[in-house]
Amino acid sequence: MIKKILSSNPLIMLIFSAVVLSAPIWLTPLGANYPDLLQKFAIFGIFAIGYNILFGLTGYLSFGHATFLGIGSYTAVWSFKLLTMNILPAIILAMIVSGVFALVIGYLSLRRSGIYFSILTLAFAQMAYSLAYSVFTPITNGETGLQLSQQDPRVLDAMAGIAVTDGIPSTNLFGTLIKSMDGYFGFYVAAVMLIIAFYISLKIFRSPFGMKLRAIKSNQTRMKYTGFNTRPYLLTAFVISGMYAGLAGGLLASIDPLAGAERMQWTASGEVVLMTILGGVGTLIGPMLGATIIKYFENIFSALNDSELHNIFDFLPAGMQEFMVTVVSPFVGEGWHLTLGLVFMIVVIFLPGGIMQGLNNLFGFIKRLFGLGGSSSSAADTVSKGEAS
Amino acid sequence: MDAILIQILNGLDKGGAYALIALGLTLTFGTLGVVNFAHGALFMMGAFCAVLFNKILTISKKVKDESITFFDAYKETPYLEIWWGDTGTAIIDYSVPLSIFFAIPVMLLVGVIMERGLIKHFYKREHADQILVTFGLAIVIQEIIRHFFGANPIPTPAPEIVSGSAAVGAFFGLNENLVYPWWRLIYLAFSLSIIAAVFAFLKFTTFGMVVRAGMADRETVELLGINVQKRFTVVFGIATVVAGLAGVMYAPILPPDYHMGMDFLVLSFVVVVVGGMGSLGGAVLAGFMLGLLQSFASMNEVKAILPGIDQIIIYLVAVVILLVRPRGLMGREGVFED
Amino acid sequence: MSKKTPTLDRRGFLKASVATSMAAAAPMFFIQNSYAGSHAKTFRNMPKADAKSVTLGFNVPQTGAYADEGADELRAFKLAVKHLNGEGDGGMMNTFKPSALKGNGVLGKKVEFVTGDTQTKSDAARNSAKRMIEKDGVLMISGGSSSGVAIAVQGLCQEMGTIFMAGLTHSNDTTGKDKRRYGFRHFFNAKMTGSALGPVLKEEMGTERKAYHLTSDYTWGWTQEESIKETTEGLGWKTVKTVKTPVGAGDFSQYITPILNSGADTLILNHYGKDMINSLTQSVQFGLRDKQVNGKNFEIIVPLYSRLMAQGAGKNLQGILGTTNWNWALTDDGSKAFVKSFGKEYGNPPSQAAHTCYVQTLLYANACEVAGTFYPPEVIKALEGFKFDGMGNGATEYRAEDHQCFKDVLVVRGNDKPTSQFDLLKIVKQVPRSAVEYEAKIFGGELGPYKV
Repeated sequence: MIKKILSSNPLIMLIFSAVVLSAPIWLTPLGANYPDLLQKFAIFGIFAIGYNILFGLTGYLSFGHATFLGIGSYTAVWSFKLLTMNILPAIILAMIVSGVFALVIGYLSLRRSGIYFSILTLAFAQMAYSLAYSVFTPITNGETGLQLSQQDPRVLDAMAGIAVTDGIPSTNLFGTLIKSMDGYFGFYVAAVMLIIAFYISLKIFRSPFGMKLRAIKSNQTRMKYTGFNTRPYLLTAFVISGMYAGLAGGLLASIDPLAGAERMQWTASGEVVLMTILGGVGTLIGPMLGATIIKYFENIFSALNDSELHNIFDFLPAGMQEFMVTVVSPFVGEGWHLTLGLVFMIVVIFLPGGIMQGLNNLFGFIKRLFGLGGSSSSAADTVSKGEAS
Repeated sequence: MDAILIQILNGLDKGGAYALIALGLTLTFGTLGVVNFAHGALFMMGAFCAVLFNKILTISKKVKDESITFFDAYKETPYLEIWWGDTGTAIIDYSVPLSIFFAIPVMLLVGVIMERGLIKHFYKREHADQILVTFGLAIVIQEIIRHFFGANPIPTPAPEIVSGSAAVGAFFGLNENLVYPWWRLIYLAFSLSIIAAVFAFLKFTTFGMVVRAGMADRETVELLGINVQKRFTVVFGIATVVAGLAGVMYAPILPPDYHMGMDFLVLSFVVVVVGGMGSLGGAVLAGFMLGLLQSFASMNEVKAILPGIDQIIIYLVAVVILLVRPRGLMGREGVFED
Repeated sequence: MSKKTPTLDRRGFLKASVATSMAAAAPMFFIQNSYAGSHAKTFRNMPKADAKSVTLGFNVPQTGAYADEGADELRAFKLAVKHLNGEGDGGMMNTFKPSALKGNGVLGKKVEFVTGDTQTKSDAARNSAKRMIEKDGVLMISGGSSSGVAIAVQGLCQEMGTIFMAGLTHSNDTTGKDKRRYGFRHFFNAKMTGSALGPVLKEEMGTERKAYHLTSDYTWGWTQEESIKETTEGLGWKTVKTVKTPVGAGDFSQYITPILNSGADTLILNHYGKDMINSLTQSVQFGLRDKQVNGKNFEIIVPLYSRLMAQGAGKNLQGILGTTNWNWALTDDGSKAFVKSFGKEYGNPPSQAAHTCYVQTLLYANACEVAGTFYPPEVIKALEGFKFDGMGNGATEYRAEDHQCFKDVLVVRGNDKPTSQFDLLKIVKQVPRSAVEYEAKIFGGELGPYKV
């Protein structure tokens, strides 16, 4: 009974929304409460949740998803330049255009599976990156990155009679509703998008469509032998996850209207793989968790330096303090990638289910400890598995 | 004609590097069935063997530089020069070729430790897991190198005598002015001989025969009572050494930095699939072919027709091959075909 | 620095009141924390009246093609902070005039700093700048060693209302079509390089040359190619071809080989940092400098170069012409004082990147003292049109129309007889400011508003 309530969609959504919207409060003690990082949490959460729909459900490991994020960003910036500073059309266009690209790339790549699929997506991603970086410079402005300028036409804004006299206008939501996307407002817009994205992902996970994708993952050959054409389902999943990436890219550009080719590089695609695996591939919450952890590392760990470490280990006696700082310093600051690589390896080796599996094991252990019995009735478990209902 | 000769040399030169890296990658895949995303990092470690060896040779004594009056500056003189005079200078000058002897044992050790310590546990796991764990390992190796050597590329010059260029034009009876850098010619010759050595080793030694048999049908060979696993571990070590040597000799062409492995990794995977997963000959052929293609694609005449083609040609070829002939140029039918 | 609590500025607070629907969801605490804007001169990251210190942000490349320059910039920033706080020997604080600096921090507050890595990428640089502004509460951002990055960060700083004192950036666009009210550049630019280099090229290489450009494919490369082309074509040279190369290409052989047969007798390398070291070294390996074309010696020109690059390129750079913003061998009082104090601290002389960053930090601090406030519009007004001397380049002016500094430019040549490991550049000519000046309006662009 309790299990049923805990795994019901409305309750999960309620808890998820509450946790996301209150992020500025509970992240304060962790030093992560500032708009830019909060926005990154939400946006990369969307990216990872979308990636998980492909990789988590079907097991197809794409190494080129950052392409769609980049395309989303470029589309959004062009929408700001040509149409209007309103973010809504920009985000919708970003999703459509990346969806189209995902359709084409997915259609071709999905003709192969396994490592060949990975290499195909990688090849497409590298092509897209090279083209954006140094060939299509009139569209992408190459290395410098695509930026707004005061002289942009902004046709729709001009028609609505919004004149720009002083500097570059800010991105907004219908002008009056939210006048500018920076600061906490950017975060709340992204957070609302994240909640919607999460809801759709929840629905997909618990739909017959999601079941079919999982069936493809567990045994594609059998599916094919039963006369089931898997490709349209795979392609749909690919396009959906591409559109999630486009949404993330569009939001990224809405909050900071600049699009650079670096965000399409294959290492950026690798990052979303890291997020998904770290959090727990195929789980609902895991990818979001992984995205948060990696972005936290990237922004907070990477900025720690020796003097701050001294502050942290202040409580220790002088000799110990020196020792701890020496030991820890290679792993923070510039060395945060080292920590990331190590954590990631440990997860792949010992916890293939990611942090969510770790949490599950922990809950199971606690339950056994208190002799509560019942193998899988915790909320975390049901949320993480998704398919339990 | 002149331009074409130069482009061929350029292509062979690039192809040599691609082929060497792809050869090692294919060895690991063909024997152990492991997709090693840390292979690029091994190439990078090889290049840093050259850097480290050079650093060891040039451990210096600091002497105050009197010509600088603004502040205290120091001149550095390597101890080798102080002790052995010109001989010392000459040894330092030849540090890159000499570091081959330093790199072989180091890389062999790295390879064996890696296989025994990590890769071994991943034979039975999915390819995706192998990719992921070796990707993590690549990041770790890269960051360790960065911690000790910094983020900047470190210039590692070739010996003085081969730092100039050879008059290849005169040699081929073409334009007298046509020259090509010595070191790049040496790199080409070096890569060819390493490739030949690996093939000869597999072809003509008993050890190699067992390895090839094991690649073809592991179970049968094991039923004969031969410890295939032990030999495959050695093969992994050899693959590591090949990647390392490719890196050592590449150091004078491109000053090594901690990230260079990642740049070559993607390329070498493309080379492997174009050649055919698990096919050694295919890897070599594809390496040289893609090197040549890339070189010709970057001619101004070609770029005038297809702008930017030089940036994407390799990936384009890979996509086409994978879609039209997924087993690659020389891959066996049924291996990894889908 | 992580002690600071997040605050919301007045502008953000107004928005909060407008967006009532959002405010319902917003946690109450950050609204309480904001100093509800009744005072006219509140601004982002305004230091509290009783604050003991202020924070500056130094955003430099620690990885990527320009990492060497970045490391040296960071050294200079640390030294500048020391001097501003009255520690060390004071360096240029003693020669800079007119100076309002007191050696007790800025406006009586001790100067602290945070650092970030731009990775020589626009995205990463903006992320790191945002973190500094939003989390660490910096009042000013400086640094950068790529024009692409400088322009990206400058745009962000305009939006956020934080002053940006550009480090090494040489593109015409930084103070041209992409200029911003909140951005200031002390470094010279490609246009000035062209004007300074022209007469020397004419004198040394004549008026009949065929030039081939290899150009870094981003804003700096583009504008430098344009400016140098304009200069050389003005001399009567022909431009055979211009080829763009991606930043950080590493192996340039595929771009160099076509030059051999192009009929060009001069190669102009619009590269900087590691790219320039690699492309130059490889050009020499390919025998370009030993070539004879059209009966002339083949020549290579590197329009912008620095001592750090000369160190990396070694003897390949000997005899090659270029320009630089500043060199440590200059003998004016300001340069001497700076080199002495930098050398004492780090054991080697400062690069031009270090020099410009050090000067920028002092200039910002001085402008705050002159304005008597940290309020950005007032500080900007104090910098605009500011004339000063004793900072190594002679009499200098921050032009109000485009926030570009005008001063002497050095034409240099790779030294073929270095007397020490640092003596790598020989000054050929100190081109006076008047010879490199141009009209501010030729590049277009808008500075934008004082108040954002």
